[in-house]
Amino acid sequence: MSKARLLRLLWLTGLVGVALAVTGGLLAIFGVSPAQGFGAILRGAFGDAPRILSVTAFWVPLTLAAAGLVISFTAGLWNIGVEGQIVMGAVAASWLALKLDAPQGILVPLEILAAMAAGGLWAALTGVLKTRGKVHEIFGGLALNNLAVILTNYLISGPWQPPEGGTFRGTQPFPDKAMLPLLGESRVSPISLLITGLAILAVFYLLRGTIWGLRLKALGKSPRAAFLLGVSSERQALLALMFCGALAGLGGAVRVLSWFDSLRQSISGGIGYLALLVVMLSGFRVLLVPFISFFFSAVLNGSISLQLRTQLHSSLGGILAGILVLLVLLFGEVRLRRIFPRRRRE
Amino acid sequence: MNESEFVRALASILLQATPLMIAVCGETITERAGLVNLSLDGTMLLAAMTGFVAGLYADSVLAGFLAAALVGALFAAVVAFGSIRLRQDPFAIGFVLTLLGDDLSAYLGQNFTRIPGPTVSHLGIPLLKDLPLFGPVFFDQDPVVYFSLLLVGVTWWFLFRTQPGLRLRSAGERPEAAYARGVAVNRLRAVYALVGGALVGVAGAAYSLDIKIGWSEGHTRGLGWIALAIVIFGGWSPVRGALGAMLFGASKSLAQVLQSRFPQVSVVAFNATPWVLMIGVLILVGSDATERLIGLAPRRSQAPLRRLLRVTSPRALGKPFAPGESGED
Repeated sequence: MSKARLLRLLWLTGLVGVALAVTGGLLAIFGVSPAQGFGAILRGAFGDAPRILSVTAFWVPLTLAAAGLVISFTAGLWNIGVEGQIVMGAVAASWLALKLDAPQGILVPLEILAAMAAGGLWAALTGVLKTRGKVHEIFGGLALNNLAVILTNYLISGPWQPPEGGTFRGTQPFPDKAMLPLLGESRVSPISLLITGLAILAVFYLLRGTIWGLRLKALGKSPRAAFLLGVSSERQALLALMFCGALAGLGGAVRVLSWFDSLRQSISGGIGYLALLVVMLSGFRVLLVPFISFFFSAVLNGSISLQLRTQLHSSLGGILAGILVLLVLLFGEVRLRRIFPRRRRE
Repeated sequence: MNESEFVRALASILLQATPLMIAVCGETITERAGLVNLSLDGTMLLAAMTGFVAGLYADSVLAGFLAAALVGALFAAVVAFGSIRLRQDPFAIGFVLTLLGDDLSAYLGQNFTRIPGPTVSHLGIPLLKDLPLFGPVFFDQDPVVYFSLLLVGVTWWFLFRTQPGLRLRSAGERPEAAYARGVAVNRLRAVYALVGGALVGVAGAAYSLDIKIGWSEGHTRGLGWIALAIVIFGGWSPVRGALGAMLFGASKSLAQVLQSRFPQVSVVAFNATPWVLMIGVLILVGSDATERLIGLAPRRSQAPLRRLLRVTSPRALGKPFAPGESGED
């Protein structure tokens, strides 16, 4: 390893250390020693086989959404709408799971396809708002996220409420044949693991080995250069968003068909936003995405069991992730000259 | 609806719009100078929580507002430092701060949810409050409402009628020209980002201490994004922004009225109003379709219509400014 790479690795490790120190401080404020708190998070994530499987099950939709975001970020698009695209995927899969009577071998693939279509179309809506309506994708996506959640709540409390009466909690559990086949008692489905692996490879290949990937990079780096090359920015932007939306929708299907067994109120619960953090931390390199999202899955699952043990709010996991991403964004490629510029003579 | 009901509805719309007006003023100042602080949603949440807790401990709403302003300025400082000095993407930093503020407010405020705390007290202005119509709407409110109205006026006057305001806008429109005339563009952007951020913080506390009293997880979630959209709808003018804030306040009241009129429609459907409105107004002020519609109008009315409906952003909004490599400011 070259000296520069070693220094960089040391520097990044230092940033992780700072993030851990700040989080430890937040634990200490509430009277939990950092050793005890981090211990609880670690045990909550990796303490026994079921917990590791739970982290893995959480990892699947997070990684799918993040892999999709690598594509939309490459095209220079801020697809905050990924959260809503996950939700719409979950809604579409739930619709078939509740209404369609077919054998598992037909029903599950249909659910997955419907979820991908719904996520892709919801993303296309953001894209059309941007290209035709001149609404920035951050605002269009954000509004559509909220509308997707509102639609879910409406369905749960209205048309799709369980027969015993409407609650705001969720629909009735789906029949077994509508669910992804699960590994033993866990919420991991081997099929979804396989699909996730394929999705990562597909994104890697698309960006490395295809003309489409090249066009997206051109668009992301310089829309003007892309225009001169004859790349239709509107169409490429729309396609990139729809690709991301399809993967996010697939993640939504995994949420309802294996993590839960019904459509719930907070079906995504911020996985889309977390996926944005994953991709930012990866520096848009898709091969880093699975590792970072595994780390984030572990931290988030661990902090839920921290809450069970110590009554501390589980948002601590999100704080650790957020501080880490912020530090790397700010100081990841640091040049000390920029922090401490030489005084210029007036 | 009789007259007193109508007056009460107007007064409540103004009250609902108050924190949004403050936040919109703050972000308008920041963006007019050329910087985008995307972190509003998280800033307001953390500021609302901090303001409530500080107010509770100091037993003073003023202390609460001060603490909230500090939180807002701190977040803005991170955005300014990161994007100006470290030259990183302000959108990315702002977005991470949005999530961080949300999580921090949930964690740090976990022991303060749903408990009583200090509140801003009502303060009618003598004589003025007895004016017909205007009195009850504008002058029979509380100090936060008066502050927000004053702020809108002062911000407009500062931006468009003073020398420092002109320099501020020049940094957001033509930073090179401003730099050539001796404006320290980046320092100015940073300073006004702090001012704008502090105001956003005050807006957060205006919820927890006045308009939506108390603290609970996700207390103001979503409202920061709405404020950001209103800044655009307002064409980066505080007065138009204030009208936009009132439009959103009115849509909330309208949803409540509709809900009681049409009880068969699910309650949750009405929650969609602000988000549909957000997309609607952004299409209205930005899309080519509006331009074509204006083209259909009689020639004489086209210019005023355009001025009414369309907005243009500060030219250098969100663009980093680096005058040569020798360092600057």
